[in-house]
Amino acid sequence: MTNPTPISHEPDFDAVTGQSTTGHSWDGIRELNTPLPRWWLWTFYVTILWSIGYWLVYPAWPLISSHTTGFFGYSSRAAVTVEVQALEQRRDQQAAGLKTASLEEIKASPDLLRVALARGKASFAENCVGCHGQGGTGAPSYPNLTDDDWVWGGALKDIQTTIQHGIRWTQNADTRVGEMLAFGRQGMLKKDEIEQVVDFVRSLAKLEPAKGADLAAGKAVYDANCAACHGEAGKGNREVGAPDLTDAIWLYGSSREAMIESVHNGRAGIMPAWSSRLDPVTIKALTVYVHSLGGGQ
Amino acid sequence: MTTSPQAHTGKPSLWARHKIFETNSILLILGILIVVSIGGLVEIAPLFYLRSTIEKVEGMRPYTPLELAGRAIYVREGCYNCHSQMIRPLRDEIERYGHFSLAAESMYDKPFQWGSKRTGPDLARVGGKYSDAWQLQHLNAPRSLVPQSIMPGYPFLATTELDVNRIAQEMRVNRMSGVPYSDEMIANAVTDLRAQVDPDHPQADAFQKRYPKAASRDFDGNPQRITEADAMIAYLQMLGTLVDFKQYDNKANLR
Repeated sequence: MTNPTPISHEPDFDAVTGQSTTGHSWDGIRELNTPLPRWWLWTFYVTILWSIGYWLVYPAWPLISSHTTGFFGYSSRAAVTVEVQALEQRRDQQAAGLKTASLEEIKASPDLLRVALARGKASFAENCVGCHGQGGTGAPSYPNLTDDDWVWGGALKDIQTTIQHGIRWTQNADTRVGEMLAFGRQGMLKKDEIEQVVDFVRSLAKLEPAKGADLAAGKAVYDANCAACHGEAGKGNREVGAPDLTDAIWLYGSSREAMIESVHNGRAGIMPAWSSRLDPVTIKALTVYVHSLGGGQ
Repeated sequence: MTTSPQAHTGKPSLWARHKIFETNSILLILGILIVVSIGGLVEIAPLFYLRSTIEKVEGMRPYTPLELAGRAIYVREGCYNCHSQMIRPLRDEIERYGHFSLAAESMYDKPFQWGSKRTGPDLARVGGKYSDAWQLQHLNAPRSLVPQSIMPGYPFLATTELDVNRIAQEMRVNRMSGVPYSDEMIANAVTDLRAQVDPDHPQADAFQKRYPKAASRDFDGNPQRITEADAMIAYLQMLGTLVDFKQYDNKANLR
């Protein structure tokens, strides 16, 4: 290290700027002693005073086994608990009926319906649109909720049960169950039988079967394997979540390939149960909201 | 500022002795270290012993090997850059995401994934909100399910075999930083990982015993392979599900 010129503490005067210097001289280089602006300095002192006030009012300093709690005993968890309770109370006042009224009564009362729809809409936007899409129009393998084709039923009670307990959601004891078997993968049907039954189902739905398809053979396969759930006429069965095969609505696609895939591997769409995430009143509101999207029965 | 008059009297004041630090870099570094560690001692160290900052919560268990592998992928892909895992005690956050996060819920996160930015939604309680199939499709092509999403797709997760060889080592490192993995857990790391994606695995019962209530199923819909998507979805589906808030006493844990 090189030794700097010894520091002189004599303040010096700098003729060029007309200001005094700090008195330090580093290899002949001197430093102007420009004072901090007064307003800045005083603001700084005030912030120090403010912090002392803050220590007294809010939880701040650690002690041996706890911490200083401040004059008002502020706690963010306590504060938010109070806020959430106040919100609940306000909701109860706005719609005291929502808690006690049946789904049909909510539907029938314009006042209750207005509140239920508003609440249902907000909850739908956070919890349901991921699968069922904005406005409930669905996506491939996630049902459209605005039409009148319902896999598990479109009455108020049915919708409520589905939301509460989910579909094939094994963590919930009352979840809806029903299985479309993997007829191909599990070796119950051969490849040509699958193609025959798919062509037969396409004829039910007024879709184009493959050229020269053996519909009679397809019907035989259908009667033996599919009719138990989807019904002899292919109208489906909501008890087991077997969709109607005669309409134009196809959850997993209506192409021949998609239908072969369905029969080969089976389908088992899953919907979470919401009773563990949402409170009963919100589920009621959601039920009424979904029922009002267009297809409620 | 002006120098103190004492500077002239032979014995310089304490304030004038900064030359000692200014001319000796080692002393300056030592001085800085002392000042910074006072800050650390006062602000950080008490959090490790104050009763009021350590909460006991029922239900927390260390990650299963598969979940831990998924967590490593979460970190590797930088998910924390856009997703937080921290529901703050604010009314609107509780309304949207559920109960506010507890410190204890990230006690086995080394390091924690609280994040500081929400380009996407908070994921602290995303477990059980969607089906496995949804998570897979969403990782592959987010916009096929959420048209307005700006999340990039991660289709390679479902096609990349999970590297299971590092998992025991990773658990050992976690144990060094305080996660209570037993020797038995570490010895069975790979078996447990395989057992979690296959409920019919011969070791499935032993796995359930080591990690009570852990979900066991084929997460990515492809039973032939254990992919990175299996690990990732197993991790996502357990986020925020360990603590049962029906049992949790809010009043006893006010802070």
